[in-house]
Formats: sequence, C-alpha cells, structure tokens
Amino acid sequence: MADAAETVADRAAPRAPGAALVPRLPDARWRPAEVVFWLAVVAAYFVFPKHHVIGSQILITGLFALSLDLILGYAGIVSLGHAAFFGMGAYAAGLLAVHGWGEPVSGLAVAALAGAATGYLTSFLVVRGSDLARLMVTLGIGLMLFEAANQLPSITGGADGLSGVAMWKVLGAWSFGMTGSTAYVYSGVVLFALFVVARRLAASPFGLSLRGVRENVKRMPAIGAPVARRLVAVYTISAAMAGVAGGLLAQTTQFVGLDVFGFPRSADLMIMVVLGGAGRLYGGLVGAAVFMIAHHWLSDVNPIYWQFWLGLLLVLVVLFARGGILGAIEALRGRRGMQR
Amino acid sequence: MVGNFIGVLFDGVAYGSLLFVISIGLSVTMGLMNFVNLAHGAFAMVGGYACALLMTRAGMPFLATLPVAFVVAAVAGIALERTLYQRLYKATHLDQVMFTIGVVFMAVAATTWVFGPSQQPVRLPEFLRGQVKVAGVGFGAYRLFLVAVVAAITVALHLTMTRTRFGAQVRAAVDNPVAAAGLGIDVNRVFGVTFALGSGLAGLGGALGIDVLGLEPTFPLKYMVYFLLVVAIGGAGTIKGGLVAAMILGICDVAGKYYVPQIGSFIIYFLMVALMIAFPAGLYGRRS
Repeated sequence: MADAAETVADRAAPRAPGAALVPRLPDARWRPAEVVFWLAVVAAYFVFPKHHVIGSQILITGLFALSLDLILGYAGIVSLGHAAFFGMGAYAAGLLAVHGWGEPVSGLAVAALAGAATGYLTSFLVVRGSDLARLMVTLGIGLMLFEAANQLPSITGGADGLSGVAMWKVLGAWSFGMTGSTAYVYSGVVLFALFVVARRLAASPFGLSLRGVRENVKRMPAIGAPVARRLVAVYTISAAMAGVAGGLLAQTTQFVGLDVFGFPRSADLMIMVVLGGAGRLYGGLVGAAVFMIAHHWLSDVNPIYWQFWLGLLLVLVVLFARGGILGAIEALRGRRGMQR
Repeated sequence: MVGNFIGVLFDGVAYGSLLFVISIGLSVTMGLMNFVNLAHGAFAMVGGYACALLMTRAGMPFLATLPVAFVVAAVAGIALERTLYQRLYKATHLDQVMFTIGVVFMAVAATTWVFGPSQQPVRLPEFLRGQVKVAGVGFGAYRLFLVAVVAAITVALHLTMTRTRFGAQVRAAVDNPVAAAGLGIDVNRVFGVTFALGSGLAGLGGALGIDVLGLEPTFPLKYMVYFLLVVAIGGAGTIKGGLVAAMILGICDVAGKYYVPQIGSFIIYFLMVALMIAFPAGLYGRRS
C-alpha cells in the first residue's frame, strides 16, 4: 500500500528541481497500455470463440472487482461483505425477470438501484469505526442478507435458487443463447461503460480526496474535506456497481443461487483485487481474469490443491509483492526506467 | 419450562466458555500489536487434531491429551509468529487480513490432504457422558466439566495478569507499547510469549470443544466469525471484555437456535452489527 501511495504521489506531482509545488489532478489521458488492454478484451472474443461463457463470467467478476477497488483501493475501506450488494443486484434483476419484465438494460438499472439503496443504508454503519469494526460490520451485513435469502424461500427460492429467469432480447435484437456470445458482448459493453465512469471518478477531485482519506483520515477534515460524506458517496457508488455486476450474472446465467450472498464470494473478490493490485482500477480486472482462469484450470485437477496454492499465493504476495501483479509490473518498469 | 430455560442457559454458558478459551489469546495479541489475525482458529484446529489423533491412534486417555494439545498449538503458534507474523506488525490491516486468510486456506487444504475431509470421531471417557442432576435439573456432565475447566483457566489467567511480573508487563505493553519499551520492558519478547500462550489456549479449547464444535478441516473458516466477534465485541486487549462477549454470544446463539430455529443464525449476526454500531471499540475497548 505504501508503494502504491508513492507512485500515485510521484505521478500526481512530478517535482522538477526548483519548480514550485503545483497541485495537479492525475493525468486522465488514455495511455497506450490501456488501449491495448481493451483491444485484448475485444480480441479474446474472436480468439476464444468456444469460451464465451467463462469469458462473460470473467468480465462480470471484473466489474465486481472494480467496484470493490473503488472503496478498498481508493478510500481504504476493508470490506469482507461486498457480496451483499452483488446479491441484492442479482436478486433484483432475477426477480424482475421472473415476474414478467425480462428487458435486460432496465433490469440492470433496477439492479443498480437495489445495490445503491443497500449500500447507502449500510454505509452509515460502515463509515464509522476502526478497520476491525468495519470488517465485522460488513461481514455481518453480508451474512445477515445470506440468512435472510435462505429463510425466505417463497421469494428467493431459498437454497434451491431462483430459476425461471426468462430474459428478453438485448435491445430487442440479440437473444442470450447457449454459446454465451451475447453474454460476452453485453457484459463487456457494460463493464467498459462503467469502467469509464470509475476512471473519470478516480481522476476527479472527488477521487483525489478519497486517496487523501486513505492516506490520512485526520488531516482531511483539516483541509475542509467532509470525510464521512465522501465515504458514504463512494460506498453507495461502489454498491451500485456491484449491484450491476450481480444483475449481469443473473441475466446471463438466467439463474440466481444463494451463493451470490456467500462469504466465499466476498473473500475471493478481495483476493482478486489484492492479487491484481489495489488502487489502480485495472488491478481488479487483471486479478479477476488471472484468478478465474487459474481457478478454472486448477480446480479441475483438484479443488483442495487449488485452495492450498491460493493460500500460498496470498502469503507470498503480501510478503514479497505488495501491490500485486500490476504493482510488480510497475516496479519492473520503474527499474528499467532508472537504467535508461 | 423453567428447567428448560436453565438448561438452555447452561448450554449457552458452556458454549460461551469454549469461545472464550479459544479467543482470549486472539484478543490479547490483537490488543498488543494491533494485528488482525484471521488464522487464530487454525491453532484451535491444531490442538483439536492433536487430541483426536492421540486418542484414536495412540489410545491415550482424553484428559492426558489436553496438555499435549496445549503444547503442540503453542509451539506451532510461536514458530509461525517468529518466522512470519513478526514481519507484518507494521503492515496495513488489509495486508494482515490477506496474509492470515492465506494461512487459513493453506491450513484447511493441508489438513484435508493429510487427514481427509471428514469429521474426526472422538469417544469421551465414561465419566464425562450422561447427566448430573442438580436440584431436579439435568446438566450434561461434559458441559459441567467444560465450564469448570474454563473457570479454572479464567482464574489462573486473571491471577497471572494482575499478580505476576509478566502480567504487569503485558498490561503495560497493551496500554502503551512505546512507553513500556522505554521502561526497559522487552515488548517483543512479551508479545512472543503471549502469542504462544494464546495459541496454546486456543489449542486446548479446540481439544476440549471437539464434542461441541466438531472437528473437520474447515474448522478455522467455520468459526472465524465467532472468534473475531468475541474480540470485536469485547474490545481488543481485555480479558474481562472477552469473557463478557463470549458469554453473550454463547447464550444468544444457543437460545436463538433453540427457541426460534426458523431464523437460525440471523440473531447472532444482528446482535453483532447492533453491538458494533453501539460500541465501535468494543464493550471494554480502549482503542478505536
């Protein structure tokens, strides 16, 4: 985390010798590496035509990871219950379709609303308190919603899950087939649109003030930034995004299981963000892709080995590679830049 | 009806005392170093497996395995603390959470690999089975034994903390580690010993609790929330807080599952969120 802070500070205020310190917003121009990243997402559609289903899952999880990165990587809120918003969005979109309105885009809007409402209401509990208290409160809210969904089978289908989610065609033109091609494109477009929003947000004065909160909670009020209000706002935005991700999953798989609220989903998500590199927006996307692909391969071999290697990987990342995959790449590039 | 209520209350107290023994080490170490350790349950599991394996494979009596469970878990704790945990005291809470989740995953996977995924069967000795009648109300002998052992441990802990030199050092280090170090207390050593003691107690609790909590490889994940809750609700660094929190949790959980099974574990989570909102630093917490 300290490394990330340094790179952010360096990028935000490059100090030429003798130059006055001018506060600047982060550079918001699209870098070549970013363009390559998104072209790769498009290229994957054509290169792996048989893997559109897992591809769409990766995109959805990427969106979910992006939403967590906003509060974890930028605002520094450690949450072990982000699946609460994912689940609310999934059930909102799923229930809407079950009860006769299968239009996907408006379904996502409802999912976003469900996530945002839950996020807004719970944000007041999360904003106050220490890291440990936040950990417990987010965990508790997630577990409570899981239990609630489990105990209300008449609405949610309980442990059997919510089936009969019948979706209409996307924009009246493309139907969700078995190949997952529509799901891939649909999820990809939604992910990109929300990524642009998150990117804009992170580069704005609002995003900068969030980093300020992460770096020093006590100083922010002194420079006139209302910490609690900032955190409530970003928590709600993040929850809305997580809701959209949940809605996407419900719509593309046409099923909602209880596991959308599960603790493993929240824990895995945090692992993905940390693995990719928190506080970089792309970290969540890269982490989600690496995590999902590795999981896909390794758990076929043996689910127990997968858990062991995942644990080992976490320990190694924390000990030797703080900043995750992207942090390691940045460090490598920085070293080469020094040699030049 | 009244007898029934007393029975539930007693079961809750027994459950709470187990939670207390397992979590108290976590509470003190968290208060000392402000280190968020999600892997504490793994030490309880180590103690539990030591007990179960010694009984089933070496044929040792239940009571004789308890000290072994304590020692094995304490050694595992100090080994891990000196080699790995020590590097993370200055790290962010996020790093600590990720690291200890990694340790839990490895512990779960390794245990499954070596001992298989099933529950470990344990045969309690004859004198701990059956019931003891007190004033017309039947109490499980095993649970009475649990409560008695934990009461003895609590008294011993209390005396250690209030009457001995080591206890004074621990209290000083929890209150203000910098000032304690300035007074010549080797805070690092105090912490190492406390960590070993806490892990040992967790191991003892894991062994004592096989019959109540069960013992399988997912144990550290299954009860992680409960151990953290004891610390979060009681407030890190206090024995009294841990005891009160463990009793509240134990009684509410057992009573909730007995009287209103349809809402299941909802009660405990609701209680946790409510208490965390009312007392963000815990009931007896000094730091927030």
